[in-house]
Amino acid sequence: MTESTEQNSKQENTTSNSKVVKKLLLIVFAMFGFGFALVPLYDVFCDITGLNGKTNDVGVAYAADGIDTSRTVKVQFITRMAKGIPWQFEPVINEISVHPGEVKFVNFFAKNKSEHDIIGQAVPSVSPGLAAGYFQKIECFCFTQQPLKGGEEVEMGLQFYVDLDLPTEITTLTLSYTLYDISSKVDS
Amino acid sequence: MTTETINESLDDAHNDDHHDHKMTGIKRWLYTTNHKDIGTLYLWFAFIMFLTGGAMAMVIRVELFQPGLQIVEPDFFNQLTTVHGLIMVFGAIMPAFTGFANWMIPMMIGAPDMALPRMNNWSFWILPFAFAILLSSFFMESGAPNFGWTFYAPLSTTYSNGSTAFFVFAVHIMGISSIMGAINIVVTIMNLRAPGMTYMKMPLFVWTFFITAYLLIAVMPVLAGVVTMLLTDTYFGTSFFDAAGGGDPVMFQHIFWFFGHPEVYIMILPAFGIVSTIIPAFSRKTLFGYSSMVYATSSIALLSFIVWAHHMFTTGMPLFGELFFMYCTMLIAVPTGVKVFNWVATMWRGSLTFETPMLFSIAFVILFTIGGFSGLMLALTPVDFQYHDTYFVVAHFHYVLVTGSLFSIYAGAYYWLPKWTGHMYSESLGKWHFWCSLISVNLLFFPMHFLGLAGMPRRIPDYALQFADFNKWVSIGGFAFGLSQLIFLAVVIKCIKGGDKASAKPWDGAEGLEWTVASPAPYHTFSTPPAVDGEKG
Repeated sequence: MTESTEQNSKQENTTSNSKVVKKLLLIVFAMFGFGFALVPLYDVFCDITGLNGKTNDVGVAYAADGIDTSRTVKVQFITRMAKGIPWQFEPVINEISVHPGEVKFVNFFAKNKSEHDIIGQAVPSVSPGLAAGYFQKIECFCFTQQPLKGGEEVEMGLQFYVDLDLPTEITTLTLSYTLYDISSKVDS
Repeated sequence: MTTETINESLDDAHNDDHHDHKMTGIKRWLYTTNHKDIGTLYLWFAFIMFLTGGAMAMVIRVELFQPGLQIVEPDFFNQLTTVHGLIMVFGAIMPAFTGFANWMIPMMIGAPDMALPRMNNWSFWILPFAFAILLSSFFMESGAPNFGWTFYAPLSTTYSNGSTAFFVFAVHIMGISSIMGAINIVVTIMNLRAPGMTYMKMPLFVWTFFITAYLLIAVMPVLAGVVTMLLTDTYFGTSFFDAAGGGDPVMFQHIFWFFGHPEVYIMILPAFGIVSTIIPAFSRKTLFGYSSMVYATSSIALLSFIVWAHHMFTTGMPLFGELFFMYCTMLIAVPTGVKVFNWVATMWRGSLTFETPMLFSIAFVILFTIGGFSGLMLALTPVDFQYHDTYFVVAHFHYVLVTGSLFSIYAGAYYWLPKWTGHMYSESLGKWHFWCSLISVNLLFFPMHFLGLAGMPRRIPDYALQFADFNKWVSIGGFAFGLSQLIFLAVVIKCIKGGDKASAKPWDGAEGLEWTVASPAPYHTFSTPPAVDGEKG
């Protein structure tokens, strides 16, 4: 190999090195982006599969085509306080029977047992997860934050109906609310 | 040794284009762009980290020697298990393999050096800083990370002890280091192969590192992404994983394990490569089924991207999801079985000898397979509900990582020590190291299977009384295994200092270009590419 061809091949080598590096860096950045893209993808995936029992987080208009009186579905309500929120929070009735398509209104009782003002946020989840897509909330206190002054108590409403096409094997729905203290998040 | 000294004194005399030109003292190591120097740095760093993580394991085993709380507080116990895991994964196993890649790949493919030597220097020298940050958190008021090496949210966000930022930045640096190392490996293999060395003529060792490097490039950025989300969730008010703000903690596990499962293959595929080099050498046969090994490695790598949720069967998944991940996971047993079959078939009717590298390799095949079988048991969704988060899982991943990855690293170290140092290691000390390790490692990890099946949970500093006997044995095995590793340190130091002179090819059955150069390998090798014949490694 003469000197000039050696020089030549060396040059070729470095350009092709940088070409490969650029391609690999592209993969690196694409995969970094993909990590973040998994967040919305996960929501879509959960929506389809009902993976995490998430319900709609803004009110829907009533859209059922009549009431199916031949079926009765039991809807149970449970509540849970996240660690560190000094509230009393419970459903006024624990269980209600509804026909698919029938609109119901239930109340939840909440009381701030501390002396401080606290902003609460209730996060709903439906079990079995696959039923979450058929549980329609027209109005719900969970759509907004709940600021309660120290010692204040309140009754909060939930208006909902169950879709007509709820799979027939589902006869009981459990709606669970977990209440979080989000005061510090709202402040900041 | 003597050649090196002569070369160094020659360097002092005339600092021009001398063949073995290198700086002296600390500067040689700080500024080095030589693949052999950087390989050595990686290997020593990995060994120091291995002893550090091992010391933590010793404290863990002292605490678990008897039921009840003995010497450490539960919170500190959590810090130890967390940092032990992080150090062994990111500080010991991965850098050790990168060290092998640096030392051996250029010599095996007939390249003068890695393709990007300056980046190579960087990718090593940022690593000590990452671990300095991680370990410094032990001395902070908040303490070290205590949320498990898997750092599940919300343990690492809402309930963090304040170490999350240290942890996240350390992982960022480790990730950047791994990605740079991986890019370097891919570019080297693609561009610097000697003329005539086609992809299917590359030694299998090079193939496994090639595929591993791609896995690293694909998933380390996802890890960087998920720790960044942790950081913003903890300190900047985002709600990726916070249910109160509309996020989902289960999503953390999905993103983490999307990184985490390929990561376990990142730690085992290079081990396959090392063992596939050593078993043929001491069987005096070529590797059985070379091309099936290449395809098996590739299919394991591809499958690793669609099995992540088998780590989270108990989080509540639709039945279809559980079945999908269960069957995909079991599918991985097929290419892995091909590999084990090929290793055994390579030994079949070979003229076997049992030098230390071969002993570690055979132990690898048997004990890694035990780890693989317990992995298959864990893959079965219904029984995973019983095994989840018990010592059965601990037994499983220590069988694949200690008797798997670590044993392969030892096998490789013994195999190439003559090439690295120019001296034969002490075979009798090596055998002592092997047998002590083999017996103690099984005493250490095998009873953990039974503890797990009986329901002992992992990551807890105390346990019910009925687990006391087994735990005592496990701890004794642990101390013995820890001490046995000091024999290896002695072997290495002794081998560097002296010993029988190693010939260029001390193993008569060994194949590959690295044995065509002198022992110790000269500072620069293959400045002109070697001729490659039809043989493959």
